[in-house]
Amino acid sequence: MSLDRAAVRHIATLARIRVSDEEADALVGDLGKILAWVEQLGEVDTSGVQPMASVVARQLPRRADEVNDGANRDRLLGNAPEPAMGFFAVPKVVE
Amino acid sequence: MSELTELTMTEALAGLAKGSFSSRELTEAHIAVMEANRGLNAYVTETPEKALAMAAESDQRRKAGKAGLLEGIPLGIKDLFCTEGVLTTAGSHILDGFKPPYESTVTAKLWAAGAAMLGKLNMDEFAMGSSNTTSYHGNVKNPWTRRGDNRDLVPGGSSGGSASAVAARMAMAATGTDTGGSIRQPAAFCGIVGIKPTYGRCSRWGIVAFASSLDQAGPLARSVEDAALMLQAMAGHDPKDSTSVDLPVPDYRAGLRGGVKGLRIGIPKEYRMDGMAPEIEGLWSKGIGWLKAAGAEMVDISLPHTKYALPTYYIIAPAEASSNLARYDGVRFGLRVPGASLDEMYENTRAAGFGAEVKRRVLIGTYVLSAGYYDAYYLKAQRLRSLILKDFTDAFETVDAILTPATPTAAFAIGERMDDPIAMYLNDVFTVPVNLAGLPGISVPAGLTNEGLPLSLQLIGRAFDEATLFRAARTLEEAAAFTAKPAI
Repeated sequence: MSLDRAAVRHIATLARIRVSDEEADALVGDLGKILAWVEQLGEVDTSGVQPMASVVARQLPRRADEVNDGANRDRLLGNAPEPAMGFFAVPKVVE
Repeated sequence: MSELTELTMTEALAGLAKGSFSSRELTEAHIAVMEANRGLNAYVTETPEKALAMAAESDQRRKAGKAGLLEGIPLGIKDLFCTEGVLTTAGSHILDGFKPPYESTVTAKLWAAGAAMLGKLNMDEFAMGSSNTTSYHGNVKNPWTRRGDNRDLVPGGSSGGSASAVAARMAMAATGTDTGGSIRQPAAFCGIVGIKPTYGRCSRWGIVAFASSLDQAGPLARSVEDAALMLQAMAGHDPKDSTSVDLPVPDYRAGLRGGVKGLRIGIPKEYRMDGMAPEIEGLWSKGIGWLKAAGAEMVDISLPHTKYALPTYYIIAPAEASSNLARYDGVRFGLRVPGASLDEMYENTRAAGFGAEVKRRVLIGTYVLSAGYYDAYYLKAQRLRSLILKDFTDAFETVDAILTPATPTAAFAIGERMDDPIAMYLNDVFTVPVNLAGLPGISVPAGLTNEGLPLSLQLIGRAFDEATLFRAARTLEEAAAFTAKPAI
């Protein structure tokens, strides 16, 4: 599978990263090379092999459904680039 | 007081206990070296006042008879660990100005054990790199140079600042994290000891996430005993990390001098790569000889899927990274670059905030998880990961540990191998399989190249059997008698 500029632009949109035309052209080469390299996995017959998501193979632990943190709005907003009236402010999303 | 910075942590603890010097004096000595070696660019943020205040408190605790495991030891912290109120950037522009309102579990445990923080250490951006040349805060230099060649060398990565600082005596030891080799490879390039513990041994809570199923914290130190001591303080169950394992942490130092008599050590034939440097091959043979002479039995083993570990890793790690790094959007913390719409603001922020290697990996990760490609790439890699784990599980039926080289080469010059991302990825050929299988691995300095650069051996152990690794690593350390120091 080789990538073209349109495919790179599509992935970049999905990842919410703006890329210039020059960057997109460089990425066509870089990403294409990496994908061609990982495609060697195709040599291995993996039929019947279970996919592995984590080495910690067990049920996730549970805890009581109780509030154990919170009430620290101002501390959490302390790092916000644009806090406003106790909220994270963003450009307008609804008309 | 410069001789204080030559002590190992273990020696310093003995000196502090005897009252030969105070934590304040020990910390001042390290601050002086930290300031003198700023040219290495190992620290992103120096916190000397904090270090001195913590040292003064430590001296009080010791006087009161309440000395912890690391009482009075000044440490450096990789900039991936959240430290309350202290700038934490993960080597990225996108975390500009981020001062976490909380402390990571691992660093909190170190402070509870009595250690003092000297500052935050430089690293590859979001821990993505093997040369510490992807940091927004600039390259880190290795304190070692080739004999008769003054070119700056890379310290390895991603914990490059940690390795450089510990080798240059700018910290007694440092924290690192290892997703594909990021503790063991820089430790090897800088001639120090580094261990990646078993996945689940240390809490990941409060560590900026790269690839959550692979990331694990560990120490970089100047002796095996120091590494054992520091891991002792870092490890343990944490209810705040659902993947941290609820198992008791053994006393790693108790059996440290037990030797390797009767241990079965595996030598995997697949690690004998085509075109392997004769120096690496020679070092490996020496290691085999040392362990044999100490009474271990060497066993030839096969890990047949070794060659697929790197491509498997370069699907799984970017996939997890693309998901983890979605949080950097300019809304809640760090950099924001304005845009006309919310989407434009996201895109502009992430374009300006991420460096080239991080962008490459986020894009690869997005691609392999996207509709139509998920099965062919991501699911395929997860199946390969099962096979790689099975290779190790089978091997550990017959052996107690595995001996390999730590890296395929010694440290290289800044600028070498930079134009081809895949050539850079090959640095981690011996370390990546260990992360995929979640096993512990330790790298131990064992010799010098003809050009005078350090080389290390790696020992790989069974899950949660760090104790055997430390014991075998200590045997290698003793036999290798590695005493060389960087010339800076």
